[in-house]
Amino acid sequence: MSVKQISVFLENKPGALMGMTDLLAASKIDMRALSLAEASDFGIARVIVDDVYAASDALKEAGFIYNITPVLGVCIPDEPGGLHQVLQVLNDAGANVEYMYAFLGGPSAEHAYMIFRVQDRKAAAAALRAKGIKVVDQEHISQL
Amino acid sequence: MERYYQPEIECAPREEMIALQNERLVKQVKHVWDNVAYYRKKMEEKGVTPDDIKSIDDLHKLPFLTKSDLRDAYPYGLMGKPLKECVRIQSTSGTTGKRVVAFYTQHDIDLWEDCCARAIMAAGGTDEDVCQVSYGYGLFTGGPGLNGGSHKVGCLTIPTSSGNTERQIMFIQDLQATILCCTPSYAAYIGETMKEMGLTPDQIPLKAGIFGAEAWSEEMRQDIQNTLGIKAYDIYGLTELSGPGVSFECSAQTGMHINEDHFIAEIIDPDTGEVLPEGAQGELVFTAITKEAFPMMRYRTRDICRLSREKCPCGRTHVKMMKPKGRSDDMLIIRGVNVFPSQIETVLLNYGYPANYQIIVDRVNHTDTLDVHVEMTPEMFTDNLGEIAKRQKELVDGMRSMLGISPKVTLVAPKTIARSEGKAVRVIDKRKI
Ligand SMILES: [Zn+2]
Repeated sequence: MSVKQISVFLENKPGALMGMTDLLAASKIDMRALSLAEASDFGIARVIVDDVYAASDALKEAGFIYNITPVLGVCIPDEPGGLHQVLQVLNDAGANVEYMYAFLGGPSAEHAYMIFRVQDRKAAAAALRAKGIKVVDQEHISQL
Repeated sequence: MERYYQPEIECAPREEMIALQNERLVKQVKHVWDNVAYYRKKMEEKGVTPDDIKSIDDLHKLPFLTKSDLRDAYPYGLMGKPLKECVRIQSTSGTTGKRVVAFYTQHDIDLWEDCCARAIMAAGGTDEDVCQVSYGYGLFTGGPGLNGGSHKVGCLTIPTSSGNTERQIMFIQDLQATILCCTPSYAAYIGETMKEMGLTPDQIPLKAGIFGAEAWSEEMRQDIQNTLGIKAYDIYGLTELSGPGVSFECSAQTGMHINEDHFIAEIIDPDTGEVLPEGAQGELVFTAITKEAFPMMRYRTRDICRLSREKCPCGRTHVKMMKPKGRSDDMLIIRGVNVFPSQIETVLLNYGYPANYQIIVDRVNHTDTLDVHVEMTPEMFTDNLGEIAKRQKELVDGMRSMLGISPKVTLVAPKTIARSEGKAVRVIDKRKI
C-alpha cells in the first residue's frame, strides 16, 4: 500500500520545470502535489499525480529521466496537533524520514495530506495505523 | 612459452639493431632523395642532403612530414616507386580531401604481413590455430593486414570481415576459432552478444584476441578478457606507415613492441618539434626505413605517448610504446596540464556511465575552468538528491585523479549534448587567448 511518486530529473535552467508541468497539463494529468529539491546545478521534481501510468508514458515519450518511487501517504487527522501526532508516531517507531511534503486534497481541499519518504515504509505505515492514523494509497490519491 | 615469428630480429641485441637501422636509414634517405621530389624539396629547404645522414643520430636533421603534407601531395606526390611497380593501395576512411591513400609494392606488402605475423605469434598463435579476421576487408588496412599475417603464421584463416555478428559467432563456434582479430569495440559487442546467447567464457573456443585501430582503455581490456575468456592484445598502426603491425603487444601486455627493423620511433615536443629524451611523453614520430612505394620520413602521428626500453620478460628487445593517451590535436592544455577527452571518457566508463559528455573550457578571472557535461542516465538517477550528488562527486574525484586538475561535473538532460552530423561535439573551448 503506497503512493507512487514520480521523481523527475531537471536541469537547473530557466523553463526546465515549466517544460515538465506543460507536458503534464497537455497530457491532461492532474498534479496533486509537487515538491522541488535543488542542488546547485540540477534539481529533482517530485510529483504526485492522478494517473501515474499516463504521466510516466508522457515523460518517457518526451525523453525525461524519471523514476517511480513508492512513498508513504498519510491523511493528517483533522484536529489540533494532527501533524505533530503523525511525526511523533514516526519518531517513536524509529522511521528514518529522508524528506516529506504536504498538500491539501478532497472536493474542497479540506484534508491535509503528508507524503513521507521513509526507509522502511511498511513498518512506518503499520505504526501509524496502530495509532488510528489513516494511511492512504495511490488509488485514494487518484480519486481525490 | 613465448613464440616468435622472426626471433633473430625480434630478440636481436640492441647494438645489432642500431647497426641495421643505421644502414637502412642511410639507404632510405638516398632512395627518398632520388625518387620523392616533394620530400627532396623539403630537405633542400632545410639545407640537408643525404650526405648529412650517416646514422640514426642524424635523424633529427630531417624535416617532418605531417598529415597536411599528405593532403598537399595527394595522390601521387609522395610515391617512391613508379606506379607500374606498385601492386596495391589501401586507404583510410575519412571525408574527401582528408583521405590517406597509401601505395604498396609486393615487397612492401610482404614486410607488412611479416609485422602482422609477429603480432599473431606474440599473442600465442601457431599453425595449429584458427584465426578469424573480423576487421573490415577492402580499403581499410585491418582486414588485409591481419589476413596476410595469419597466412604467414600458417593459421587456418577465416576472413569473415566485419558485421553480421550472428554469422561471426556461428563461425567461432562451428569452426572452433581460437584467435579473433577486430576492433576492440567490435570484440566487446561480440562478447555481449555471446553472453546474451547464454554462452559462458569456457564454452567459447577463443583463447586470444588482437584488437586495434581505435583507442581502448585497460578497463575495456579486462571486460573483453572476462566475457570472452581470452587474453586481449593491443596492436597499433597507421595506413601511412603500412597498417596494423607497426607495433604490437606481447604476453607481458605492458606496451607494444615497435618493429624497429622497419620503423624508427622518436618522441618529440608537439609544440617545438624538438626530440625529447628517452622515457618522456610527447608526440610519436615514425621513420619507415624499408618502405619502397610510400616511404614516410619523420611522419608525425599526432599520437601522444611514451617509449620504454625497459627489459621485457617476453625476450623481445624492440622498444615498447605505451598506449597512446590521445591525439595531439585533441589535446587541451588546461591550467598548464595536458588533458585528453579520452581520459574523461575512461573515467565515465569506469564508473559505469555511457560516454555521453561534453567538455567546456573557459577562462574566468584569468583561470581556466573545466566543466564536464554528462548526460543523466536512468541508472544514475534516483529520487534522492544526496545520492546523486554523491555520484557526481565520485566522478569529480575520479577525473581529478586521472587529470591532475579538478573539473566541475554538470549533469544535463539526456540527448542535450550537441551533435553535428551524428557525431557528438566533445570539446567547446571558449577561451579567448
Ligand atoms: Zn615483450
